[in-house]
Amino acid sequence: MSFEKNLREQVEAAAAAGTALSIQGSNSKSFYGRMTRGEVLSVNQHKGIIDYTPSELVISARAGTTLTELESVLEQQGQMLAFEPAHFGDNATLGGTIACAFSGPRRPYAGAARDFVLGVNCINGKGEWLRLGGQVMKNVAGYDVSRTLTGSLGTLAIMLDIHVRVLPRPENEITLQQACDVETAIQRCSALAAQPLPVSAACYLDGLLTLRLSGMEQGVQSAAASIGGDTLANAARFWQQLREHQLEFFSGEQPLWRLSVPPATAPLPIEGDTLLDWGGAQRWLRSEQSADTIRSITEAAGGHATLFRGGDPDGEIFHPLQPQLLSLHQRLKQTFDPAGILNPGRMYREL
Amino acid sequence: MSENNFTTILQKHLPQGCVITNAEELRPYECDALSAYRQLPMVVVIPESLQQVQTVLRLCTEHKVPVVARGSGTGLSGGALPLDNGVLLSLAKFNRILDIDVANRTARVQPGVTNLSISNTVAAHGLYYAPDPSSQIACSIGGNVAENAGGVHCLKYGLTTHNIQALEVLTIEGEQLSIGSQALDAPGYDLLALMTGSEGMLGVITEVTVKLLPRPEIAQVVMAAFDSVDAAGAGVTAVIASGIIPAGLELLDKPAIDAVEKFIHTGYPKNAAAILLCELDGTQADVSAQIERVNRVFMEAGATDQQVSRDEAERQRFWAGRKAAFPAMGRLSPDYYCMDGTIPRKHLAHVLNQIGIMSAAYGLPICNVFHAGDGNLHPLILYDANKAGELERTEELGGKILELCVEVGGTITGEHGVGLEKINQMCVQFNAAELQQFHAIKSAFDADNLLNPGKAIPTLHRCAEFGAMHVHHGELPHPELERF
Repeated sequence: MSFEKNLREQVEAAAAAGTALSIQGSNSKSFYGRMTRGEVLSVNQHKGIIDYTPSELVISARAGTTLTELESVLEQQGQMLAFEPAHFGDNATLGGTIACAFSGPRRPYAGAARDFVLGVNCINGKGEWLRLGGQVMKNVAGYDVSRTLTGSLGTLAIMLDIHVRVLPRPENEITLQQACDVETAIQRCSALAAQPLPVSAACYLDGLLTLRLSGMEQGVQSAAASIGGDTLANAARFWQQLREHQLEFFSGEQPLWRLSVPPATAPLPIEGDTLLDWGGAQRWLRSEQSADTIRSITEAAGGHATLFRGGDPDGEIFHPLQPQLLSLHQRLKQTFDPAGILNPGRMYREL
Repeated sequence: MSENNFTTILQKHLPQGCVITNAEELRPYECDALSAYRQLPMVVVIPESLQQVQTVLRLCTEHKVPVVARGSGTGLSGGALPLDNGVLLSLAKFNRILDIDVANRTARVQPGVTNLSISNTVAAHGLYYAPDPSSQIACSIGGNVAENAGGVHCLKYGLTTHNIQALEVLTIEGEQLSIGSQALDAPGYDLLALMTGSEGMLGVITEVTVKLLPRPEIAQVVMAAFDSVDAAGAGVTAVIASGIIPAGLELLDKPAIDAVEKFIHTGYPKNAAAILLCELDGTQADVSAQIERVNRVFMEAGATDQQVSRDEAERQRFWAGRKAAFPAMGRLSPDYYCMDGTIPRKHLAHVLNQIGIMSAAYGLPICNVFHAGDGNLHPLILYDANKAGELERTEELGGKILELCVEVGGTITGEHGVGLEKINQMCVQFNAAELQQFHAIKSAFDADNLLNPGKAIPTLHRCAEFGAMHVHHGELPHPELERF
C-alpha cells in the first residue's frame, strides 16, 4: 500500500474515532508552539526529491526530505533556498520547516518561506488528498492555499509533497561590521534598504552592526566600498550561528521572545537583552518580563510577539488574535479538519 | 426580494448620487476588460466612505442580495462581471494614498488608487511599487490584490502576493478585519495569501499596505534575435541556468514581431523567428557584468543578432514594441482573444509547437508575446466575432491551449485570474475534493455565498456538465459524480 493511501486511511480512522494526531517529521521543532497531545503520525519516512531541473528554479520534494539533503543537492547546482531557513536540528525536514514558516537572515531582502512555496500536495483532516498550487511561479487558479498552509503548524493539513522556488546562490558575499549604537544601527538599516544596494542580511548585537552583501563580484565590491566597515572573516559561520541560535546570546535558560515589528521601530522599552535581525524587523529578546507587558508594548509598535523558547507549552505561545480573526481561524480550521484531529492546540488553544 | 424594493432600500440608506439605477448609466459597468461577457447589474453603488460600504454589505447580507466588487474594471477574465440580481459595488472613489512610510518602505493606500500612481507618488523618495501589470496606468491596487496581478517584472520581483504587507477587509456582514501587519509577518494563518488572488469572493478590500522597493540604479535591455522559437526557448533556459535572474525576460514570435513592426517600427530584426527582450537591473557594476554574461549565453544558444540598450530612451524603445504588441494585433484582426497559461519552462518549445498545430487545425492565427522567463504564455488568438461561430471556436481553441498547459504540469491562469472565463478549465486542473475544499473556504468567509458568486471556483454540477462534452485522456473527469 502506498504511503499516501496508508496515511489517508489512518487519518480517516482517526477522524472517525476523534483521535488527535501529532504530526511529526524529525521532531526537531518540538520546542516550538504549544503542546499537542495526540498519537504520533510520522511523515519522516516520506522523503526524497521528486523533481529538480535547475533551470526551472523549482525543486519538488517529499515533506520528510532533510534540509541538509536539499541544500546539498541545490548547492551542487549553484542554487539555494533563498529564505535561508534555520534547521534547529541535524535532521530537520522540509515539511517541518514549511509548517513552521521559519525564515533566516536573508528574509527581508529575498522573501520569506511562504514567498517561495509554490504548491503543496497534502492530506486534510478528512483524509482527502489535495493538490494545491503547483510547480510554476505564476499561478492564480484557485485560492492560494499552499501559502496559507505555510506556518499553519500542521493544524490544517498534513503536507506530503512541497514545490519550492529556488534561486541562484550569490557568486560573492562580503560581510562588513560597523560599531554604532542601536538607534544608529536601526536608522542605517532603513537607509541602506531604501537604496539599490545588494544588502542580503543585517543584524545588530553588542554594539556591532553586521551587514552582508551578496551578488556578482563587481557589484558587491563597489557596494562594500561605499558602505564601509571592517570585513568579517569566517562570515558564513557567523550567519549560520545567528540562524541556528548558536550565538552566545541564545544560550541560557531565560525565555526567548521573537518580536516581529516594522523594521524602523525605535528600541522597545522592554527590560532584557535584544538582538536585531532582518534589518530591525525581527528582534530576539531575552527577558523575564510578563507576557502581557511584552505583547502590549510590541503590539503598540505595530508588531506581534512569539514566545519562541522557554515558555509554558500549555500557555499562549503566539500573539493572541482579535476575536473576529480568531473565529475566522476556527471556521477555516473546520473546513480542513472538521473533527479537530490535526495537531490540535499546537498553534492556539482554540484551533 | 424584488429589484425595485432593494434599490429603494439602498437609496434610503445612502446619499442620492451613490446609487445608480438607470440603464444608460449602468451600461459602463456591464463588463470588465473581457468584453465578450456582458451583463447589466441590478444596481450600481459607488460609496464614498467606509461606513457606506459597510451599509451596502449589511443590507446585502440582510436581504440575501449578491454583490460584485469592482475596481477599475481592467480585469481580463470577467471577474467583475455583474449579476442581474446583484449589486455592483464600485470602489472607484477610494482613490487616496493615505500614508507613505519611507523608513519602513511601505505605503497605505485605498483600493481604488491606480497601480502606477503609487510608484509615481513615491518616486521622489527613490522608491517604487514593483508589480507592473500592463494595465498599470488604469488598474486599481484593490483589483491587483483580488487578482494577484503580475506583470513583466515578476520573474525577479514577484507577484502582488510578494509585494503587499497588510489589508483592511470588510466581510460580507460588514465586519472589519485587519489582515497581515505593518511588520513583515503576522500571527495566525497566512490570510494575506488567502485573500490575494481570491477574486472578490472572500471579502471587500478597503485598504492595502504595499511594500516599496528602492528604484534600481540602472536598467538595461538586451534584445536578441533567434532563427527559431526553439532556439529562443533554449536561450531563456540558458540565461536562467547561468545564475542570472533577469528583471524581465520576454519572447515575441515572428507573427508578433511583424505586427509590431507594421504598427510602430521599433527596429526589431524583421527576419528573426523570435526575439527575446532581457532586462537586467541593479547597480551599474552588477548590470554591466550581467550583460556580458547574457550576451555570451545568448550567443551560445544561437542568437543571430544582439543589441544592448545604450540609454534610457533606447531601453524604452525596445520595450515600446512589446507594449504595443496587443494594440498592433488589434490592427491585424477585428478581434483577438488573449490567453494566460503558465507552464514549466522546459516544455516551452513543445507547447509552442503544439499551439502552432492547433492554430492550423482551427484555421485561427495565433501569435505569441509573453513572459518567457516565468513560463507565462499569452497566446493571442485572432478571430472575427462577426463571423458566425468564430467566437465559440476561438473559446474552444483557447480552452484546449489551457488544458495543454495543465497536461505539462502548468496552470490555466498565470496572472489574469479565473473569473468566469476559465471556470470550466478549473474542472480540468482540480478534482472534486479540491474544488469542495475551495468552496468550504469560501463559506468560512461568506456562508451565504453572496460575494461574487459563481466566479473562480466551479460547482461540481458545472464540472459534470462540462465533463459530459469533454473527455480528458479518455478518462471521464469526476467519475464519482452522477451524469445528467
